[in-house]
Amino acid sequence: MPKSNISTRSISYAEAINEATRQLMSQDESVFVLGIGVDDPRGIYGTTSNLSSEFGQDRVVNMPLAEDAITGIASGSSMAGMRPIMVHERMDFMLLAMNQLINVAAKSHYMYGGAIKIPMVIRSIIGRSWGQGAQHSQALHSFFMHVPGLKVIAPTTPYDAKGALVSSVKDNNPVIFVEHRMLHNYKGQVPKDMYSVPFGKARILRAGHDITIVGISHAMVECIRAAKSLATSSISAEVIDPISLSPLDVQTICESVEKTGNLLIVDNGWTTCGASAEIMSLVIENVQGQDKVNMKRMGFEFVTSPTTKILEDLYYPDSRRIAKAAYDLLMGKETDWEPDVQESPEIDEFKGPF
Amino acid sequence: MKNENRKSNKTKLINNLYKSLYRIRTIEEKIALIYPTDQIKSPVHLSIGQEAVTVGACAALLEADVVFGTYRGHSLYLAKGGDLNGMMAELYGKSTGVAGGKGGSMHLVDTNRGIMGMSAVVATTIPQAAGYAYAFKVRKQNNIVVSFFGDGATEEGVFHETLNFAALKKLPMIFVCENNQYAVLSHQSERQSNTNIAERASVYGMHSEKIDQNDPYTIYEKVNWARNQIIEKGRGPFFFECMTERYREHVGPSERDDVKTLSAEIVDPLQQLSKLVSSDFKQDVFKEVDLELKQAINFAEKSAFPANDSLYKDVYA
Repeated sequence: MPKSNISTRSISYAEAINEATRQLMSQDESVFVLGIGVDDPRGIYGTTSNLSSEFGQDRVVNMPLAEDAITGIASGSSMAGMRPIMVHERMDFMLLAMNQLINVAAKSHYMYGGAIKIPMVIRSIIGRSWGQGAQHSQALHSFFMHVPGLKVIAPTTPYDAKGALVSSVKDNNPVIFVEHRMLHNYKGQVPKDMYSVPFGKARILRAGHDITIVGISHAMVECIRAAKSLATSSISAEVIDPISLSPLDVQTICESVEKTGNLLIVDNGWTTCGASAEIMSLVIENVQGQDKVNMKRMGFEFVTSPTTKILEDLYYPDSRRIAKAAYDLLMGKETDWEPDVQESPEIDEFKGPF
Repeated sequence: MKNENRKSNKTKLINNLYKSLYRIRTIEEKIALIYPTDQIKSPVHLSIGQEAVTVGACAALLEADVVFGTYRGHSLYLAKGGDLNGMMAELYGKSTGVAGGKGGSMHLVDTNRGIMGMSAVVATTIPQAAGYAYAFKVRKQNNIVVSFFGDGATEEGVFHETLNFAALKKLPMIFVCENNQYAVLSHQSERQSNTNIAERASVYGMHSEKIDQNDPYTIYEKVNWARNQIIEKGRGPFFFECMTERYREHVGPSERDDVKTLSAEIVDPLQQLSKLVSSDFKQDVFKEVDLELKQAINFAEKSAFPANDSLYKDVYA
């Protein structure tokens, strides 16, 4: 094996994305970044900071407010052999680009019999807190999981953010790269060198044997907190981060469920026709006829995201409610068990505006 | 001598334009005849009547220049040098088709000839053409992209989004609007407050012209001039609104209900070119196209349908 520099240090999720982008752009001239505000002084929460001065404005392209055209421009450039990384500061704006994404980019490789490839990455950030409200906090990853031809990846740790962005840019398909605003400041150990985190491979973030908890995007962080609360009552939760939502590593989840007999899926999104529905269906198809498995899903309340904090707090599943749901699922009934309160500093300390 | 050379070059060009137009017209008229036999089990949108635009424009392009088109794409595909066997087999849904039977008439492609695809959703290839042109620009490649679309596409938001970007970045591309005045059965005047599309394009800050003659030579000259401006002077983008006529229904082989009135009013480009070409040359063209078309139909009929396992092929690259 070649020698590699495996030295790691603690950096944030946003810094990890910035570093992956810089390394990808240095390695391959065809990689470029485009989107609204990508070269402004804030640099998309630091994820694109200083790239423009290093690589020039031809490769860090500030775009007009035209999401549908930007998506088409990105896919057209990829047909010419470029590797665009497109950025949406909020995932909500992707709805303006669904035609280019679903009707064109997702279908081109198949519909042209393999003659066309669309290697493009669309980074999209889910917002939350400080009153992001109805149109700045939507989590639409399940829309994209529905469509063949697209890949969807939603890393939750700085390590996986860097490695998944590398895999996404090197992939020859349109990839929806899902970030969460509340993850950007999270720190973790990240190798300096470039490395890949593969599609279709889930990660067991915390091993356990009583219940399997699957957490998607920022919900993962709350699931880890819930697992800590459960541990105080001697309940051992296994927490799985799917990372890659399409393709999905259902095998790792099923193996865990076969061990624990209990499954709680917590999505950072609505449950109706959502990622949690898909994961639960796949698990049922795989484990039915074997031992009895208790299952439950949690996600956003099925309402539009409210702005005022008192309602917003009810809208999102927090670690307390996740822990309580897990406990009650294990007990097979509603109990009056109350978990330890776990702080969510990224939410409590966030002062916006975006 | 110089004048004679120029004259002989023009004769060659006229001959080529005639051949290209005759070939496309003949192929599409044959497709219209085959259609009722139900061997082509998918929608076809014929270009009959409006071939002059793609024939004229593509005559000014090199093989490495790139085009993007629409679901009414047979004429563009053939004018840019796309393989007829691959097209006919694609229409028949056969494995030897350009997209292995997965695209059909509306999604012709031939990347080796710079034919980068055609979309069934109006206006969707316009930004892709700009993206391709952006790649040419940053790589300083001496080629251009031509985006073909209809008058209906100019009503879509993405058309305006792309014109703005292309003009902002001075992209090496030409927008060619094939204005046949109809979106299915709705006339342009029912859909657009200002029907002068070239005028609307010009406000984005690009050279824009309306070409009224449905004549391939005029269109060739304009596109050739624009291409030279882009390559030699770094100018771009350019916009041409080409007035033309579609003789058939929006979709399918039938003639338009008003075809009799229409043919009394308009000048057919093939008939016009025919007057400029020698009868010997025409006889050769007739024979050549007849043979090529028979072989292509035979190829399509004899080719196998795709194997079942190809259903799952090329979902991901």
